[in-house]
Amino acid sequence: MNASRLFVIAVLLVGLGACDKSGLSGGSGSSGGGGNSIPGAAANVAVTVVNAGPAGDVNTMFTSVTICAPGSTTNCQTIENIEIDTGSTGLRILASALTANLPIQQDSSGASLAECTQFVSSYSWGPIALADVTIASETAASLPVQVIGDSSFASVPAACAGTGSEEDTVQAFGANGILGIATEAQDCGASCAESTAAGFYYACTTGTNCVPVTLGTANQLQNPVTFFATDNNGVIIELPSATATGVQSLTGALIFGIDTESNNTSSATATVLPVQVGTGYLTVSLNGNFYTESFLDTGSNGYYFADSSLTECSDSSATGFYCPASTTSFSAVVCAYQDSGNCTGVTEKSISFSIANADTLFSTNTAFAVFPTLGGSYPTASSVDLGLPFFYGRNVYEAFENKSTSKGSGPYYAF
Amino acid sequence: MTLAALAAILPVTAVHAALGAPYTSVASDQTKLGASLKATAHDAYTVHELTLPSGTLVREYTAANGTVFAVAWNGPAKPDLSRLLGSYFADFVATAESTPGGRNHLSLSRSDLVIQAGGHMRAFFGRAYLVAAVPAGVSSDELR
Repeated sequence: MNASRLFVIAVLLVGLGACDKSGLSGGSGSSGGGGNSIPGAAANVAVTVVNAGPAGDVNTMFTSVTICAPGSTTNCQTIENIEIDTGSTGLRILASALTANLPIQQDSSGASLAECTQFVSSYSWGPIALADVTIASETAASLPVQVIGDSSFASVPAACAGTGSEEDTVQAFGANGILGIATEAQDCGASCAESTAAGFYYACTTGTNCVPVTLGTANQLQNPVTFFATDNNGVIIELPSATATGVQSLTGALIFGIDTESNNTSSATATVLPVQVGTGYLTVSLNGNFYTESFLDTGSNGYYFADSSLTECSDSSATGFYCPASTTSFSAVVCAYQDSGNCTGVTEKSISFSIANADTLFSTNTAFAVFPTLGGSYPTASSVDLGLPFFYGRNVYEAFENKSTSKGSGPYYAF
Repeated sequence: MTLAALAAILPVTAVHAALGAPYTSVASDQTKLGASLKATAHDAYTVHELTLPSGTLVREYTAANGTVFAVAWNGPAKPDLSRLLGSYFADFVATAESTPGGRNHLSLSRSDLVIQAGGHMRAFFGRAYLVAAVPAGVSSDELR
């Protein structure tokens, strides 16, 4: 296939006021080529942008958040370049981007709580603070947040350092922070309340003396949206489509709540796909196989799946991505999770996507940061990672666990 | 093709890391990590399956000569990769650091070493294998 098969639209809105939490500049929003329409400013609409961010990344979506010390209206700060991640739970801010003074959480013995946050290839280390967090005009009061790379907690426990590379600076992290809005309410859940085996939480009597501790779910990192007073049952992620060969940036919206306001009414054509509780897994049928540990993840920058017919890139600048000789198209079916591992008897939705040569994409225009046809290899034959490119040109509904919506109980995705 | 057998729990104190190290390191990992262990023999290799207290499953593949030639993991928390990958952990870290925006994905494909990782918070998986040490006739697809 070629580029003409995809809807072509490049949305390059200028004057995006990332500090302006009131919503989209321009008000009326923009139309996406995929048939979706990005809503205008509202109390429950956060402006999002896909661009290179502070570290020159690709296919990464950002917004801004305002944080205050709990109860304060003066000890506050608005922080831009916060990555939006449906693959993790909790708000985490890089210490170097933080000027507001937030209280560090302590356990009953007075030791400071800290976290070793695990990502696929990396970890981020730092204390847990409390903050009032406002996104658009919705506020999560007294929310546990992590401060990554706090110099007062400079000594990373060995068991944490053994889980991957360190991402404790803005440059390494690629953002000033991360807004984790996975379907799971906490970043760890019941297992960290009962055991230290997962290695997430620590108590520190000094910045260099930290020991693993159990931590109740109420004190763990939380999905910030679930802490909002209203519009807290889910989100709608809306992005316009982009031309196949890439564009410099996209502007979209993160809308809070599903069927709670006049501007977040669910689409009659969106198919509800319940996901597995705790993992967010659903099933993808692709290439004649069922990939039973698949997921939607705005924090992944491509379509990731194992396909031996696709050549991997040899250039170090495209490590891990696919570099097929010609753009290759795929048709797949995404269906609700079920233990039997297939799509029989459950809701499903057909999708199509294409994988282009990453070397070519990256070299076409080095200013581009939006690549809808980017993909890469994967370690397992049981998982498709539908990363941010999947969201281009779509309105994707995400309902959180333990929350109800007019389309059913979470956790689910619908599109 | 397979026949299951329970492996004896050996009082091994070696602290070798797994990948590229002798089989004894598997038992050492079991002790160190407090894991339960199940071994399954295949024609060309044996899979030692450890269930960690976190619930994460670790598989270590040993060849006839007793060397661990592949490891894989899948579960809600990452295992101690520095221990599991041993000297190759440095390659994991270097790849992670050099991958553009690659927090949620890792892929190293060298002539001697393959490391791949994926998933997301509360659902991590990955694998690593030494290309030259994979027994003849064994597909990399089996090493998951």
